[in-house]
Amino acid sequence: MSYYLIAPQITVAGFAVAVIMLDLFVKQKRLLPIVSVVGLLGGLGASIALWGQTETGFTNVLSVDRLAIFFSVIFCGAAALVVLASRDYVRNNFSRFEGEYYALIMLSVVGMMFLAAARDLIAIYVSLELVGISLYILAAFGRDGKSSEAGLKYLLLGGVASAVLIYGMAVVFGITGQTSLAGIYQAVAAAGLGLDNGMLLLGVVFIIAGFGFKIASIPFQMWVPDVYEGAPTTVTAFLSVASKAAGFVVLIRIFLEAFGQDLAIVSGWAMIFAVLAVLSMTIGNVAAIVQTNIKRMLGYSSIAQAGYLMVGLAAVSKTIGAGVTDPEVLFGPTGLLFYIGCYGFANLGVFIAVIAISNKIKSDSIADYAGIGHRAPVIALAMSICLVSLIGLPPAAGFLAKFYLFNTAVHHGLTWLVVIAVLNTAISAYYYFRVVKVAWFGTSTSQEAVPSGWGLRFALGISVAGVLVLFFYPSGVLDIARSAAEAVSGIALSAP
Amino acid sequence: MAVDIAFWILAAIAVVSAVAVVTLRDVFRAAIFLILCFFTTAGIFVTLNADFLAAMQVLVYIGAVAILLIFAILFTRDVQQGNPSNKLKVPAAIVGVVLLGVMVSSAVTFGWPESVYLPELADTADIGQRLFSENGYVVPVQIAGLMLLAAAIGAIVLMREK
Repeated sequence: MSYYLIAPQITVAGFAVAVIMLDLFVKQKRLLPIVSVVGLLGGLGASIALWGQTETGFTNVLSVDRLAIFFSVIFCGAAALVVLASRDYVRNNFSRFEGEYYALIMLSVVGMMFLAAARDLIAIYVSLELVGISLYILAAFGRDGKSSEAGLKYLLLGGVASAVLIYGMAVVFGITGQTSLAGIYQAVAAAGLGLDNGMLLLGVVFIIAGFGFKIASIPFQMWVPDVYEGAPTTVTAFLSVASKAAGFVVLIRIFLEAFGQDLAIVSGWAMIFAVLAVLSMTIGNVAAIVQTNIKRMLGYSSIAQAGYLMVGLAAVSKTIGAGVTDPEVLFGPTGLLFYIGCYGFANLGVFIAVIAISNKIKSDSIADYAGIGHRAPVIALAMSICLVSLIGLPPAAGFLAKFYLFNTAVHHGLTWLVVIAVLNTAISAYYYFRVVKVAWFGTSTSQEAVPSGWGLRFALGISVAGVLVLFFYPSGVLDIARSAAEAVSGIALSAP
Repeated sequence: MAVDIAFWILAAIAVVSAVAVVTLRDVFRAAIFLILCFFTTAGIFVTLNADFLAAMQVLVYIGAVAILLIFAILFTRDVQQGNPSNKLKVPAAIVGVVLLGVMVSSAVTFGWPESVYLPELADTADIGQRLFSENGYVVPVQIAGLMLLAAAIGAIVLMREK
């Protein structure tokens, strides 16, 4: 019996049900976010406790390796910060459904944790749908028409993406006769197939399209601006970090475990990711410049960030799997993991500040942020630090993350990609700094301070601390990221 | 041979009815054709010796999904205006046809591996073992259960008075 391997998922799911029950029987609604945070921290602790165990469990369906644990920690941590930050927002906006709100966030975290551990197409798909359905509902949680529109749009486009994904999976299954990633690796290698084979290419492209929707990569990004703008801000914060990370963990696992047979295949899909990275960075950044709504701007910014992240998937120029001992293979994925950590802290920090400010000024327009630096200096300072990290300037973690990732890409002969990425970083500085400028140098009509609860302040503090700590002491997290990346290819090495 | 003929007839009906679902203006008629499409798919499963799957297809898709769909149409006004068209009809058709061409041509030219095993006579006990044993798909089944929980919560939340 290896049920202890899914202890984190069981913990969080159990607390999700407990929150719904408490909501029914307890008058004190302020208990709910506390219970949710306890559950999420329980899941986080249980994940960390599993670090280093070697049993894979449930034969090829799940593998609780270091990659899965790395991402489980990100999911639980991001969800806990979002829950802390949404206490006041939830009470102001949808007080009748507090319990359901927290329970759905936790259920989607359960789905993401399963997604991080799944190494079988069926398990991957079912987990993805659990994440998807929870998020569709959360996006429609607000009381205004925009939120309903966001939920419906997300549901319909998400349904199309799921259909494309499952078609791709069906094609891959038809070619190999296997649903487990290790089995697919073996079958493709045995048949000597490559991406010059039309059918395998079709399957791979469809799978990338399905997850491209999740990570908000161009050209699968059309839902992002409307959903980011319409969904409740707390949900947008969760979407922009956790949902994106969930998409990336599956991409890492599928492509490193199932499609690393020979150099032709590896460089084939790495080139697809390189092209998508260029498109996402460039279009995302250029479109972000003209936005006047901060949530839409952050939506386009998250598209651009997905582009930078995909550089990590493109920077793979060697065979992965059997007999490979060259550690260089893992530099790209390691950089990606580190970048996701830095991006997660910075983006959550910005969104938590936006939650606090929009609670007060009831507007998401960037122009209304004028002079917010004088009304709420601490929140505005925290937001500025996180925006600086998103640009990739010191002294924030984003600088090191970009430096490491781009350095790796140059190492793998992708200098052209890095040149484009650096140009894009310069473009992005314009619209990120515009928010900072408006906040500090604009003049506000009102001088009222911006109130914030202890939960929100605590979550904001953790985010900023994360951004700074990862800049000054990156080596610990980089080691963890490297060991997580090793785990996934190690599985491929010992595939049956 | 008889199985081949049955397959081609069923496949042709399935494709025609699927096209009818997306082209008919009247949503109710589209739903009826959707049922026909589900039914022929069940027939194809029978020709592949997947009896259990065929029964499930009829029970779940026709018995539950299609009936639910028809109820939803009954409760919705302005059904005749359904299935609207839009300005992107022509580009969408071009992209669709090109994609279909690529898919069909690569599927036809690809040498699909044939299974060396005879189709198993999948009895219910066997499928149960696959689904619920620890070496099978017990975890995905549990995840599907959580998915239903999330969907049920969602139905409650979205049905509230705004």
